[in-house]
Formats: sequence, C-alpha cells, structure tokens
Amino acid sequence: MSMRVNMTVNGEERTADDVWPGESLLYVLRERLGLPGAKNACEQGECGSCTVYLDGRPACACLVAAGQAEGRAVVTVEGLGGDPAEDADPVRLSAVQEAFVAAGAVQCGFCTPGLVVAAHDLIARTDGIPADTEIREALSGNLCRCTGYEKIIEAVRTAAGAS
Amino acid sequence: MTAHDTRRPTTTAVHPGRDGVGDSARRPDGALKVRGEFAFSSDLWMDGMLWGATLRSPHPRARITTIETAAALARPGVFAVLTAEDVPGRATYGLEIPDQPVLAEEVRYFGEAVAIVAADHPETARRALAAIEVAYEVLEPLTDGEAALAPDAPPLHPGGNVVRHAKIRKGDPAYGDPAATADVVVTGEYRVGMQDQAFLGPESGMAVPAPDGGVDLYVATQWLHVDRAQVAASLGLDEELVRISLAGVGGAFGAREDLSMQIHACLLALRTGRPVKMMYTREESFVGHVHRHPATIRYEHGATRDGRLVYVKGRIVLDGGAYASSTPAVVGNAATHCVGPYQVDNVWFDAYGVYTDNPPCGAMRGFGVVQAGFAVESQMDRLAAACGIDPAEIRVRNALAEGATGPTGQVIDQPAPVAELVRRVAAAPLPDTPDGPRDPRTLPGGVSNTTHGEGVVRGVGYGACIKNVCFSEGFDDVSHARVRLELTGGEPVATVHTAAAEVGQGLVTVQAQIARTELGVTRVVVRTADTSVGSAGSSSASRQTYVTGGAVRNACGAVREELFARARAASGTTAAELALDGGKVVHQGEVVADIADLLAEPIDVHLPWRHRPTTALDPETGQGDAHVQWGFSAHRAVVDVDIELGLVKVVELATAQDVGKAVNPLAVEGQIHGGSAQGLGLALMEEIQVSGGIVRNPSFTDYLIPTILDMPPMRLDVLELGDPHAPYGLRGVGEPPTISATPAIVAAIRDATGRALTRIPVRPDDIAAVPAPGSPTDAQEEVR
Repeated sequence: MSMRVNMTVNGEERTADDVWPGESLLYVLRERLGLPGAKNACEQGECGSCTVYLDGRPACACLVAAGQAEGRAVVTVEGLGGDPAEDADPVRLSAVQEAFVAAGAVQCGFCTPGLVVAAHDLIARTDGIPADTEIREALSGNLCRCTGYEKIIEAVRTAAGAS
Repeated sequence: MTAHDTRRPTTTAVHPGRDGVGDSARRPDGALKVRGEFAFSSDLWMDGMLWGATLRSPHPRARITTIETAAALARPGVFAVLTAEDVPGRATYGLEIPDQPVLAEEVRYFGEAVAIVAADHPETARRALAAIEVAYEVLEPLTDGEAALAPDAPPLHPGGNVVRHAKIRKGDPAYGDPAATADVVVTGEYRVGMQDQAFLGPESGMAVPAPDGGVDLYVATQWLHVDRAQVAASLGLDEELVRISLAGVGGAFGAREDLSMQIHACLLALRTGRPVKMMYTREESFVGHVHRHPATIRYEHGATRDGRLVYVKGRIVLDGGAYASSTPAVVGNAATHCVGPYQVDNVWFDAYGVYTDNPPCGAMRGFGVVQAGFAVESQMDRLAAACGIDPAEIRVRNALAEGATGPTGQVIDQPAPVAELVRRVAAAPLPDTPDGPRDPRTLPGGVSNTTHGEGVVRGVGYGACIKNVCFSEGFDDVSHARVRLELTGGEPVATVHTAAAEVGQGLVTVQAQIARTELGVTRVVVRTADTSVGSAGSSSASRQTYVTGGAVRNACGAVREELFARARAASGTTAAELALDGGKVVHQGEVVADIADLLAEPIDVHLPWRHRPTTALDPETGQGDAHVQWGFSAHRAVVDVDIELGLVKVVELATAQDVGKAVNPLAVEGQIHGGSAQGLGLALMEEIQVSGGIVRNPSFTDYLIPTILDMPPMRLDVLELGDPHAPYGLRGVGEPPTISATPAIVAAIRDATGRALTRIPVRPDDIAAVPAPGSPTDAQEEVR
C-alpha cells in the first residue's frame, strides 16, 4: 500500500508519490523531496536535529507521520536563507545562519540545521536579545556533541541583536 | 570569556589578518552546513540505489548452527541476503589485530552482525531481516573484566583473554620498600563506566560498484587508508580497486576509527551491481561502534608529610569487550600516563586490556588517559586531604615541568606548564554565591522544580591532565600532502589534497590557513579527502593539525622552493634569501618576480611527512621514549549539589590549557568547550548500561548526553608556549579538556557532599543514599 502526500514546502506546492504509510515527514523530505537539510540522528524526538516548521511551529519531523503533513506548510532549514534564484549571491545567509558560522557554533554541523530552526523560532518570538537562561531553555531540545554550546549561545545573542 | 597568553615566540613568522596561521579563519564548509546543504554520509542518494540493513545477534555469546535466508531473499524488493560464507576474502578485520568477523558464525557480543540484506526500501530491508531464520546455541557470556583475567576463565579467543599487559617499572630496580620512606599513604579503588562517543551523525555511507570490478565507497570515517586496507582484504580485491572518499562526517570522537558498515555495503554493492546505501538507526549505532573502555583501577600513593610524591603503585583493568579494536594502544596510554601530570621517582604500574563478551571497546577522546586520569586525580585529592594541603597546592607542588622525567623515563623536552595551569584556574574569580530567590534553571533539577535552593550545597574541585599527542610507541605516524599551485583566471590558486578526515574539528580550515601562510596566496582550495593521495593517518590522538598540518606545510615548502628556483632562473638573481609576499617573490623587500609569471607550468608536489620518531616500551620495565608530544590542561569546577536528591548543577568550568600555537583560535576554543562537555557527561550522566552482556539503554532517551541546560558557562585561559619540535609550535588540543574536566567535577561534588565518589558517572544514589555496609566511604588513608 502506498499513498500520495501533498504539502507546501518552503513556499512551494510539493507532491510525494509511493509513500509507504509508515514513513515519517523526515523521510519524505529527505528521501523523496530532495531536502536532506533536516537530519536523522535519533528517530525519537530527543535530539532536535530534524526540527522543521510545521504550520509555523517547530516540530521534530521524525515524529510526524508523512500523512499528518498532508495539506500543511513545512519550512525546512533550506527555506530559511536567501533564495539563490533571486539573489546574486548564492550563499547569502540569514542572520541566524551568519551568526552560527561567524561565532564558531558549527563544528561537525549535524545538529546545526535543527538548531538554526529552533534559534530562528526563539528570536522571532522574543523582543530584543533573549537572556542566556531563555536561550538555554529554548534550545534544550537540540543536542550538540561538538561545541559544548558556548558558541551557540553567543551566536543566538548576536543574531537576536542583528534581527 | 577567553584569555590568550603568548610568551614563547613560535617557530615561523606568520601574517595575521589574512586567514593564515593564527587567524580565526571561517570554516569553508560553514555556509553549507547552516543552510542544510552540506552532504553528510547519511544524505547520499543515487538513482537505482538499494538500502542495506544488518541482522544482529540478540545474544552476547552463542554459536550459530544454521542460518536460513531463502525466505528473506524471496520477498519482493529484496536483492541480496549475505552471511559469513559470502565473504570472498579475509573473514575478519580489525585495527591492530584482525580478530572480528565480517559476519559472525560464533557470536561474541550483543548486536554483532550476523547477516546483511539489500532491498529497495528501508522497510523492505527491515522485513527481510525479520524473515531470516537463525538458530543459536546460546552460551553463558563472560562479562566481567576482572573475571576474564582469572587463570581458570574460559578463553574467548585462541590466545586467551589478555589483549595486552603493559608494565611500568621506574625507580630503584629492586624497588625496595618505598613505602617505608613515605610519611603518608593513600589507597583507593575506582570504577569508570562505559561511555559512548554519541556522535550525532549515524554510521552511514554508500558503496557504488565500478565497471573495473572494484568499488567506490563514500563514507564517514576517521582514517580512509586503514579502512581501505581492511575492506580490500575482506573483499579479496587489490587495494587499488577499492577507492574511498570521505563523505560528510557528523562527529567522530574515536567511534569511526573502527569499521562499521564499510565492508557490508561493499559486499552488497558488488553482489547486486547496484549502489547500496547503509545508515544505522540510533539503536543500532549504540551496538555498531566501539565504546570507551570501562575500567577498574586500584592505586596506592605514598608521599612525604608535606605532600611530595614518593611512589605510585597501581593497576588498571580495561574491559576491551569482544574484539581487540585499539585496546593494545589504549592499554599503552593508560600505563604511560599512570601518574598524571606529576613528578614521581618510583612507579610500579600494571595495565591490562582484556577480552570479555561485553560490547567491543576502543578509541574515544582521551584514549585510556581518561580512565587512569580520573583515578589519579582522585588520589591527589585524597593525598591533599591526608596532608592537610589545598587540592590546587598539592598539584602545584608535584607538577611535572619541562626537563622532568616521566614514568617511562622519557624526558619532557617541551614546555609543561602544569603548575601554571593549575594556578591560573585556581586564581580565576569564583562565580557569585547566589543570594535570594533563584531561577530554577540555575539550580540542580532545573525546571523539574525540585528545589528552590534548600538542601543545595556548593563545592569546588580541581583536575589536571597530561595527554600524548600523535601516535606513539614507535608507530610510523606518516601523513602525505599534495599541493598544487597554478594560475586560475590569472590568479595563483593553491590546491591542497590530503586523505585527512575532517570530522568537525576544523582541519579543512587549518589546511587552507597553512597554505595561505606558506605560499602567500589568497585563494586556496582544499579537496575532498580520498585514497587517491597517500595516507594521512587517523583523525585521532589530537594529531591531524600536527601531522597533516605538518605535511601541508612541508609540501608548501617544496612548492615555494620550486617557485624560488624559477624566480632565480627568470630574473638572473643569485640571492639565496628569497621570500613570498603578496603574490610576489621578493628579496630584501625588492620584487624579484610576480608569482603569476612563474606559473606557465603548474607546480605540483606530493610528499610524505613524519614527526620525530618514538620508541617502543621495554616489555618488562615500560621504559622508552614512547611519545612525541603532550598536551596539558587544568580545570576548576564549581557545582551546586542538592544533597537530598543527589542532583548536580555545574555552575561554572574554568579551564587553562597550553595549545602551543592557536592555529585557529576560534576552533581551539571550540575544541576546549566541546571536550569539556564530554568530560562533564562522563562525570554526571553518560553510561552505557550493560547487564548480562546486553546493552539496556541504546537510545538518546536512555543514554543521556549533556544538553545546553546541563552545560555551565566556561571560562577559558589559553596559553601558547610553543613546542619547539612541532610545526608552528602547535600542540594537539582536542583531548586534554575531556580528561581534566571529569575529575574536577567529581572533586567539586565531593567537596560539597563529603562523599567518596569512587565511580563515574556519579549517580544520584551515590550522593543521596545511605551507603550500603562495606561500600567505599571516606578516603582510605594511613598516616604514619
């Protein structure tokens, strides 16, 4: 048995065919729609590496069945930067993305897409620069094994100041 | 917060501000990573690819009597089902000793690979695995490292259960009775649990069959050439027919030094004639790579009344699990670092690595020094207490220094600022003592709201470390670099190509920085690592910036000499002292030639480079110049402990580390932060629970790694004292902070609670429970 799933991904109408009903939104994004930005690290919603926006709210794409995304709007990390089609500079970065690179918040980078989405969400719903305790609480669902998080906190402060 | 201190000039002048050596150059892969466009090994995709999957043993020890694969193979969408009899070449593999079956016929650990399948969808593959019928004759597992050493223990491998026994015998050859000369003797027994590297990017890669009968493998690994040697041997192919390229690596920390899915994916690709992708689940990852050796450790430290070490006796048993992996080298490291960063004239130490039926253990950041280091630092605190001396002061009083002799008789011929590092963290201002109502996020238990401050006690503790950098004990620790300088669009562009694995640490950035500094060019391309160039050795032992950095520098030097030869030929100058500056060849400030005019033909060199040699340890005395370099660090931890619930909040970590030369200061800070976090994890939460040989917590729900709420602010103090033997004076950076963080945090909890805490990770029960009769309590000490 397979099914078709329609959703809006990064502003575009997308259709995935031959979807096995047991597939997650994460699998459909990565393996069927060519968007591997959201990462697969734990498959049980503990690490936050697969964080995407689902109808404007951050969610772990590994915990969302593909069928649950039918008709909904998904924004992945690939949809948060500049649009290469419209921008002369193909590597234009959003404030959060730029701050992560500049601060040294990226090492192996596997957690980075999820953290970029979570940090983007925190900054969008915070007036001014969030306190460190706010940053820590907001990002506590995103595991990073390389950085010890210090540079991530610095990046979020910087990005919030620039936004 | 970071301080930098440079006093000893480094060996080469550098040009700051041009993204050369010494600058915090941006990662060239950073933009791709924040956009989600960097291709990790689990992101690979090809038309017509199949998914590989692995059937694993549910038993830690068993003999396989039959495997029925026909039903699995007959399922729609299944393309291959392979078992041990389908391995065409060497049936086993291994880093140092090829003792691990590619696919098992006799099972020696829980989760060992038994069969593999290739199918058109991950779910099809999973169902095919379920359709394989394996008959096991289940055997009683041997799961205790000490029991494996017993003379009557059943041998798990033909050579018995001891993988390696390393001895250190330093001091009076007859040894005499140094205890008679010590005023104070402290003893202790310690245990270290099994830590996991817990990288986030799962084991994964893709094997693509090639028309020449060979295979191209794209994989996340730490050492391409040692992978290739093992893969080729088991495939029965010449090494030239196995070509390995590094795919994006989602963290490593030692866990990718051994093979995981490499041979399996290649077997499936060659059998099916299709590209095969394999990607472990997190549960599978917890049994799919080696872990940090659990250890039992015993020490006796003798000292004068004023706390100066007279002798150290000790014994460590490292449980290597089912297969050898890198256990021999881990044992060597535990032995040669058995006294920590301290001077002591008489040393008697035995390090054992043993086989059991537990999960295989091998490399993890700190590599044998973490286990011994926790026990040594705990002993120093016991000694301090017994002598009535401050814990920081006892470390300073015994600190190793340049010119001293270590436990293997090797003279420390480079800066060893142990005393200064300890003094610096001890002198750093302490965090404020809280006053009034506190945000629960700053308290033990956090937003669980288990306390508002009542029952919370603050403690302070110290840890220091010495850790070898690069491979040791006579290993030929070579790296190769290819550097090409050519005109591209009218501008000189350097291309750097090595087989060194970028695993997140920033090596790709450093290689470009070195080329910019050495060649005076702006544009540098660092090619993806692959096996078409010579081996770079492993991205482990904190060695790549030293060894592959040294190889890149050396190759750039050869390119520069060729440029100078061309400049002399073109200009007629006979000047010996030429230099590169801003794209020109110059002599005493005068331009001799423009580099662009000298590159009608590209310059292309490919050269090996080695650090100075080391020697093996004498098998009876453990004496020898085993190491090429050491890194040093110290930590001070401040903790708040809820003594009623046994919960701990680390308030602050202060670190001082000598990095010789910060080739990329931002990356250095990242290494110290990240290493400290893994040390915090081992102190407080990280342990693979193994009972009866079975892993009980193979998930991120049950195996906890530090979150951003668990990590405290970190205060860094980076010294750059310069190792005169190393390129640019640099020191390996990645491992020391992992080693010194753990004992500092445990010491701080002891300071707060008065508990002995001889086991890591520290569990709430160890702090809050009433001790069981006969369990270790306070420091066992004897004052004469």
